Parts: sequence; C-alpha cells; structure tokens
Amino acid sequence: MSRGLKVIKAGPGVTLQDKGRPGWLDAGLSRGGAADLLALAEGAALLGQSDDLPVLELAGMGGEFRAGVDMRIALTGAPMQADLDGVRLAWNASHLLPAGASLSIGGTVSGSYGYLHVGGGFAGPRWLGACSAHMSAGIGGPVQAGDELATRPDPGGDVGMALPVDDRFSGGTVRIVESLQTRLFSADERDRFTATTFQRDTHGNRMGVRLVPPGDGFHIDSGRTILSEVIVPGDIQITGDGTPFVLLSECQTTGGYPRIGAVLPSDLPLVAQAPAGAAIRFRFIGLEDAIETERRAATARKALARAVKPMIRDPHSIPDLLSYQLISGVTAGSDSVDED
Amino acid sequence: MAAGPVIRTAGVDGVLISFSDTLNESANRAALAFRAAVDAAGWDGVEETSSSLVSVYMRFDPIGFDHATMHHRITGLLDSRDWYQAQLPEGRRFWQIPAVFGTDLAPQLAQAAAQAGMTEAQAIASLAAARLRVQTIGFAPGQPYLGTLPEGWDIPRQSQLTARVPEGAVAVAIRQLVLFSVSTPTGWQHVGQTAMRLFQPDADTPFLLRAGDEVQFTPTTPDALDGMRRDPMGGATVTVIR
Repeated sequence: MSRGLKVIKAGPGVTLQDKGRPGWLDAGLSRGGAADLLALAEGAALLGQSDDLPVLELAGMGGEFRAGVDMRIALTGAPMQADLDGVRLAWNASHLLPAGASLSIGGTVSGSYGYLHVGGGFAGPRWLGACSAHMSAGIGGPVQAGDELATRPDPGGDVGMALPVDDRFSGGTVRIVESLQTRLFSADERDRFTATTFQRDTHGNRMGVRLVPPGDGFHIDSGRTILSEVIVPGDIQITGDGTPFVLLSECQTTGGYPRIGAVLPSDLPLVAQAPAGAAIRFRFIGLEDAIETERRAATARKALARAVKPMIRDPHSIPDLLSYQLISGVTAGSDSVDED
Repeated sequence: MAAGPVIRTAGVDGVLISFSDTLNESANRAALAFRAAVDAAGWDGVEETSSSLVSVYMRFDPIGFDHATMHHRITGLLDSRDWYQAQLPEGRRFWQIPAVFGTDLAPQLAQAAAQAGMTEAQAIASLAAARLRVQTIGFAPGQPYLGTLPEGWDIPRQSQLTARVPEGAVAVAIRQLVLFSVSTPTGWQHVGQTAMRLFQPDADTPFLLRAGDEVQFTPTTPDALDGMRRDPMGGATVTVIR
C-alpha cells in the first residue's frame, strides 16, 4: 500500500494548491495558489506546520480518500460534510486518519472552497517554484480517481484540535480601495456601486467571480478607451455589460476593462468563498486604513496557532444524534415534524 | 506627447508608473527601460515588477514599506534621466517564426485584409514584411503583444468573440498582433497560424519570448507547418540582437 493518500473518488475541482508562484507577472503568468489563502494559514495552525506546504483544494465538492499510513489531517475553508469510516468529522479541526481508513468529503455546506491538509504536506511536482495547479495556464491538472498523492514526512503533533473561525462563507461587505480607473467613474456611479447589493453569479472559478447587480450596470463617462494594463487578484473590472468581475488568483495578467476598485487582500477570501447567490456589498476605505487592516490581519494570522484548542465534543459532532431515542418514545429534532 | 510619467497606487500593495495614456513607441521604450532600472536598483521591499505597453507595475510589502517611501524612490529614479529617450534593453533577441497566413488554419485573413483595404496577397506581404517588437507579455503566460503594424491595420476588435483560437494562433487588431500561448476565445481576428509553443511549464526555459524581443513572421505552407509541430519552437530561429 502507498504511503500517501489514495484518491478513490474526486470532485471535478480538486487540485493541489499552495500559496502560488508570485514573480512571473512579467511573463504573463498570474500567481495562482489557493483561492482562500486564510484557509492555508488555518490548516497550518491546526497541524502546527508551515503554511507553505501543499494542500488539497476542494472546489464545491470533495471526494473519497484512503490513507496508506496513519496520517494527521486538518479540514479548513468552506465547511463540507466529512466522514471517517462513516463517523462524522468536525470541520476547522485536526484529526487522525488511520492507515486504511476511508475519508469521505461531500459537497460544501456553505462557501465554495474547502481544504484538506495533511501533516507534513503533500509532495507534488513543482513548476516554477510552486506546486499549485494553475488550470488556466495549463500547469498541473485536477486530482483524479486513482491518483496516489505522495505526502512528505510528518514530524508529528496533536490531533483532535479545533480552531474557531469567523464566517466568511456566505458573502458580506468587502472593503476596497481606489484603483487605477476608479476616478473615471462619476461620483454618482461610485455611490451607486457602494449602495448596491450584488449577487454572486452561478458562473465563477479560480480566475474570478462575476457579481450581478439587481438593476443597471455601471459605466464610465463617455466612450473612453482604456489601454490594456496590468491586472492582479482583487481588482474589480467592470466588464462590457457593466457588471463587476472580481479577479482571483488565476486571473489573466493584463486587461482593458476599467477597474472601479481593488479588494483588500485580507477580504479576498470572502469574495472567493461567497457561494452562488450570496449577497456582496462593497465599501471604499482609505489607503492608510487599508494598510492598517492588512497589518492587523497579518498579526491575526500569526496568532492563529495560539487560538487552536482541544476539541470539545459537542452534541453536533456526535454521529446520528437525531436517531438516538433521547426520551423514550420520542425522537429528537425535526424528524418528528417530518413524520406528521 | 502627453505630459511626463504619472504615478498611481494600484490596490493596497502596488504602484503603477505610466509613461503615456496612449500606446506609442517612446512610452513603450520608457516602460521597458524603467522596469529594467527598477530591477537593477534592487530596492528592498519590492516583491515583483512588470512592464505593460506603456507602464511599469511594482508590487511591494505595504506593511514593512509605506507608499510614501516607494513614491520617493520612484520619483528619484524617474528624475534621473529622460526615460522617453532610453535605449531598448540589452540581450534582446530576433525571432523568425514560420506562419501559415489564411487557409482553413487561419480563417479570418480575408475579412481582416478587406477591413485593412488590402487583397489577401497584399495582407500576407504586409504582415510578413513587418519587423515587430514584443511590446509586452501578458494576459496569458508567455503571450506577446507585437507592434506596431502599418496604419492600414488599425482595425477594431470584433464585437463578437471568436469562440476559440488554437495555441500558436496569430491574430490582428489595432495595429498589433497577438501570438496566442493558450487556446482561448478572442475578439482579435485569426489571420495566421504558427506551431510555436510559447509556454512550456516543464521545459528548462518555460517562456520563449521576452518584452523587447523582435519578431518577423515567415510565410509557410500547411504541410511544412505540420512538420514543425514536433519542435516546441515551431521551426522558429533566434539570434541575439547586437
């Protein structure tokens, strides 16, 4: 049996990811990397290891995996239903996956991208300094049934740890700063933009997500043409039909649509994770505020390891709780309602 | 010429130095030279630089280094010389790339030629005669924007996208050619086809072209092109410009 993780089944969007490969912008290659970088830091904190190690990104749907050896795992990002040999596993937590045990991860409960981390990290091939699959550039590819994912040696550590995580999986208000063409939009258009509640389109991927306004789109004054200019993750392009498109890690590197603003790096996971239909609003903040926000976010990421606590077995993590006869003759929860 | 360079913030962690708001030769040279100078300066805190058609982008660590400091460094370097008169960077290469113009490999030659006011034969002669420069690499990995074509080629992008052009496609609009590094939808008109693979993640040299390189296309036949497909360079030859 392999010493790694055997893939029995995989959803269509399962890829190896790390923090990506910044530094190739001039060669037309965007940095790529995990759609939700905070989830990398959370998994690293849970397993007590570096957040540079490759992990499995699960877009919308997980898969079924079998461990070749005892391994430590952590589950972060968009919560998904996970079971170890039929026993429900807590999300945002670390667990022991014994050799031969089967780990089954279903669809997202909320959010868009879940993450499976292993102790020591996965040992994928590297291209241009990183392991991340970059689908739009043709680097690497999706993980598929039958793959044996090699892992690196795990120095070991705790399992059964949990990390409290704020909800960033159902949309919300995203902080943005002005960008290259913000001032080409009239003050009225900018006000209307920040007063609008957008819906995350069903169409979205690692390149970016489209946001649908309930009313008219947004436009710059006159038919001014804009020279193609550099694009980076977080930029909000207003496309030809007036709808905003927030660029993510696998975006193209140049583009000619005007940019109304740029999402703060620490708020980008909220956009990436917003599931289809989730409500998103934007709020401009000043550059100094934004930098202070990033400084606090960096400090908070460093403090994650201290927030990791032994898991308390709460009733929600006990499997099949609803089927237990809590009071003689009465089943708990909604079952009894459904039976009427 | 427009007023001198403009410095703008680009997001929380970026700065953009624009040498013009329209594409022109001296601004493109200025961008290429200034980006090389920023790299040579080796400022601490700078994480990445790139040049696009007429501008230079610089990403830095905004927590360790503030925008005012970066702005000060940039203005100092900008003031040190006239970047619009800059020489092109050293080490540039001249690529001669075989291409089939027209046929079913590049089905939009006829309509593009008509828009440019030429016969197909004139169009091929014009495209093959042009010695073009890689003005920037962008959009997709290793993908060059090549300019500048003669004025007749100032034709617009199509309002309807072509669903997909293959890797190695040569497409025209607004006096530029794009040589596609990936198969993609595009609004540019597909007038030529090469066998060149501009981005090969597994190769020792993953990216073939660099900004500043020069390119000329040499017309070839579909049969000859077929024979070049096994060569990742697609039959292209390269010499260093001295």
